[in-house]
Amino acid sequence: MSAWTAFRAIVAKDMKTYYLKPPNISWGLIFPFAWMLMFYLRSRTPLDIRALLPGVVSMSILFGTTSMLAVTITFERRSRSFERLLLAPIELSLLMLAKTGGAILFGVLNALAPIMVASFLVELSGIGWPAVIGSILLIASTSTFLGLFISVAVHEVFEAQTFSNFFRFPMLFLCGLFIPLTALPVFLRPLSFLLPLTYGADILKAAINRDGILPLWVSFPVLLAFAVGLFLFSLHNIKRKWVL
Amino acid sequence: MPEVLRAEVLVKRFTGVTAVDGVSFGVRRGEIFGFLGPNGAGKTTTINLLTGLARPTSGSMFLEGVEYTAQPKRAQRLMGIVPDESNLYDELDGFGNLTFCAALYGIGKAERERRARQLLEQFGLSEAGKRPFKAYSKGMKRKLTLAAGIIHEPKILFLDEPTTGIDVASARQIRALIGELNRRGTTVFLTTHYIEEAERLCRRIAFIVGGRLVRIGSLEQLMAEHQRETVLELAMEEAGPGLAEALRRRFPAYAVYRQDERHLRVVSDSSIELLPLLGALAEGGAVVTEAKLLRPTLEEVFVRVTGIEAAAMKQEREGKKK
Repeated sequence: MSAWTAFRAIVAKDMKTYYLKPPNISWGLIFPFAWMLMFYLRSRTPLDIRALLPGVVSMSILFGTTSMLAVTITFERRSRSFERLLLAPIELSLLMLAKTGGAILFGVLNALAPIMVASFLVELSGIGWPAVIGSILLIASTSTFLGLFISVAVHEVFEAQTFSNFFRFPMLFLCGLFIPLTALPVFLRPLSFLLPLTYGADILKAAINRDGILPLWVSFPVLLAFAVGLFLFSLHNIKRKWVL
Repeated sequence: MPEVLRAEVLVKRFTGVTAVDGVSFGVRRGEIFGFLGPNGAGKTTTINLLTGLARPTSGSMFLEGVEYTAQPKRAQRLMGIVPDESNLYDELDGFGNLTFCAALYGIGKAERERRARQLLEQFGLSEAGKRPFKAYSKGMKRKLTLAAGIIHEPKILFLDEPTTGIDVASARQIRALIGELNRRGTTVFLTTHYIEEAERLCRRIAFIVGGRLVRIGSLEQLMAEHQRETVLELAMEEAGPGLAEALRRRFPAYAVYRQDERHLRVVSDSSIELLPLLGALAEGGAVVTEAKLLRPTLEEVFVRVTGIEAAAMKQEREGKKK
């Protein structure tokens, strides 16, 4: 019970002090619009919002969570306020779930923004909502845990940003959202299947437009394995590097 | 007196360096225990080990008689930790910081709000309670960090350099607050490079040098051990230039120095007989207003034990802070 009091307090504090700040809220709203606009200008054809939705949702989550978490944790480590959390009587796994909880929630909110906008512009019937919600949660978790992994590897805030891009941009182009996996050069395809976003985006494509290439029973477990694996590996690194 | 905390042969090795080398000591319930040493002596590493921020290479740690070496989380509930830099959250206000810290220890909403209000009042920060932490002065930040360290009512409070880098008035207030907390029953583990602060606050002191505990004892014990000679200072209405010489002739076993026109200092390898001395002074027409036996200061003890000038240590530490 007392551990959950701490858990709730950490999530609420992070939401209040980091994620729900006006610049971040506006980022969460502006980013999906910017993506849609970019594709509209690029395609020069009538905009198929529904076709764009899986990509915009995935990107919104990825960009809203990974660097955000990596930066906030690195910032707290630099100011030593993170030490306060390590010294609290909360198990490290629960503490890190609390620290990442706010970012996951923020990722989910970021994903809902383009869906809400799309719901006003196009017909969204026939969408497999359970799969959409499940994939949003798993993409948000995986992206956040990737941010956690990055935060353990860096010391400075600018390094967190740079390192985040090192992972994000390859994912952006190799996950099959904008360049279909079948259109990728043969030597790059195996790399695509090593990226968690490939599976998350494919679930969204299957659930929204019925054009996924992998069955859901493959994508969901693989994405879950990425989330659990990244979290446990980050936890191992935290124990090794932060509790000397 | 029973011990709250015990460290048994603690060792911490980093690659190629032994930062803490077989340190053993106990902190008794209700005392302020001073942990002194020069920079790099192993003070912070020892605190990190004791509080669970680092894992010992070997050795054992006990809190309230229960070993927690392998499971520091079990002990952290009973510890309060105030680091050498205020590490609360800039974006939260004073009240928010305190309630957040209380929540980390599982304290319910109503109770943590009550304690936060009470501590803000006790620490003279009630009016600043709704101001963001980043707007606080350094002294206020230290006070709030101290309040955050005790909001869960710990059995032992670790204070790492509590008055470094703050103004004199705030430092005095913080020392008074530490004294007050101790009088109310909180056991305190204090590291400081201000030797006079340790002398004023601590009941027992341990000196650590090069990762090893070189001396531990009560203030009186440490000073008595290093009292190599008896020094008596006499204040009088007027100490004429010939007075010291006259006393030297009459008491050849004593060395007598004229400090200034009102003070004489009498030094002896053994004890000093006060009455004959006062009688001789009265015969010489001197009116003695005060006789004071001078003890060695903790700073002198520190220099003798560690071989390091306390002033140099303080200067180095403050330089690092800047």
